[in-house]
Amino acid sequence: MSMSQNDALFRYLLRLADTCSVMSHRLSEWCGHGPILEEDIALSNIALDLIGQARLFYQYAGEIEGKGRDEDQLAMTRPERDYNNLLMVEQPNGDYGETMARQFLFDSFNLLLMRELTRSADQRIREIAEKGVKEVTYHRRHSMSWVIRMGDGTEESHKRVQNGLTKVWGFTDEFFIMDDVDRMMADAGIGPDLEALSAPWEADVKAVLAEATLQEPNVEWRVVGGRHEGKHTEYLGFILAEMQYMQRSYPGLEW
Amino acid sequence: MVRGSIMNAAIAMPGSEQAWNLLGTVMDPEIPNLSLIDIGVIREVETGEDGSVRVAMSPTYTGCPATDMMKIMVHDALISGGFARVQVDTVLSPAWSSDWITEEGHRKLREAGIAPPAARSSDKRHLMGLDPDVPCPQCGSMDTELKSNFGSTACKALYQCRSCHEPFDYFKCI
Repeated sequence: MSMSQNDALFRYLLRLADTCSVMSHRLSEWCGHGPILEEDIALSNIALDLIGQARLFYQYAGEIEGKGRDEDQLAMTRPERDYNNLLMVEQPNGDYGETMARQFLFDSFNLLLMRELTRSADQRIREIAEKGVKEVTYHRRHSMSWVIRMGDGTEESHKRVQNGLTKVWGFTDEFFIMDDVDRMMADAGIGPDLEALSAPWEADVKAVLAEATLQEPNVEWRVVGGRHEGKHTEYLGFILAEMQYMQRSYPGLEW
Repeated sequence: MVRGSIMNAAIAMPGSEQAWNLLGTVMDPEIPNLSLIDIGVIREVETGEDGSVRVAMSPTYTGCPATDMMKIMVHDALISGGFARVQVDTVLSPAWSSDWITEEGHRKLREAGIAPPAARSSDKRHLMGLDPDVPCPQCGSMDTELKSNFGSTACKALYQCRSCHEPFDYFKCI
């Protein structure tokens, strides 16, 4: 049986929401542990923006699904294999160099994606993106300035941010691959052609890496599968165990 | 005849002017000397002859935790002001911009020790990612520096004055 446009839109929205939600959770782990107070506050602020964006996508997904599931049920009761976040955003924080390397690669992609979504044929997605693009622009400014500062900083800071890039580089292919859902959304003008975002992303990232005196990592491995198939790295299960604990222990709990 | 008097009472229901006046008394939970009108989050007010009112609000940031609080406060202010039914809708588009903070809002921000947005959101410098020159809200000096792009709430950045050395919040330009 072929997938209806409505089913495709629902899955597409969950992918957007799950990525924002898991990225937000990872960043929130820095709260109270930041290297300096300003950065502690910065990452909490970015996490807050992302949870705001996740809520808007989950709310809309719930309406599209039409089975009465709300934002909380979609975020807090779906199992790992039903989660469709990008694999990069579930990777552990590591040190601050690793966190900023991951964040910069993600923000650079997310900014391109949000810009495209401001032209979506779907009014609701367009409106969410119009709001989100302002926030993501700010996020990228922050992560970019740290990548440059650490890359072009001391020997130690350079080593750490370079190590961070190498650790997650193999997850960047997943930004740009498309399946039937993505193609249906692109054909309907709802989502962008993700493959076409690859070249501008690479150009943006390369320019910053050059300024930061960093090397584009030379890694052979590539891993995909989270966003399309719910096949995750070992880390997502632990994130969801923590995130979903309350709803799983006390179903329907409200406060 | 009793019916007629009820109809007359309905005509005396509060209208949009009262609604705006009431909204002017609802303060931002995080900057309590600014009203929701000053901050530019109230987009539309529609009143019905049956005493109903619908308010459209734009959140400053998608994750702003004050948004839900503001909606409750708007609801309560209008109910206690005599409206029979209140609906508060969130409007995302056009996205809230710091350009919508009123002149009065700018003055009140300075009073609270917060530097208002120094530029229009469409300014080239802002688009290029350059930091604007922000005068110190305490001593007025232009000799200030950005400490962090993120501050005490989603809508603020942290600056410090090099003249009086006072750190201060700057309302981000978005």
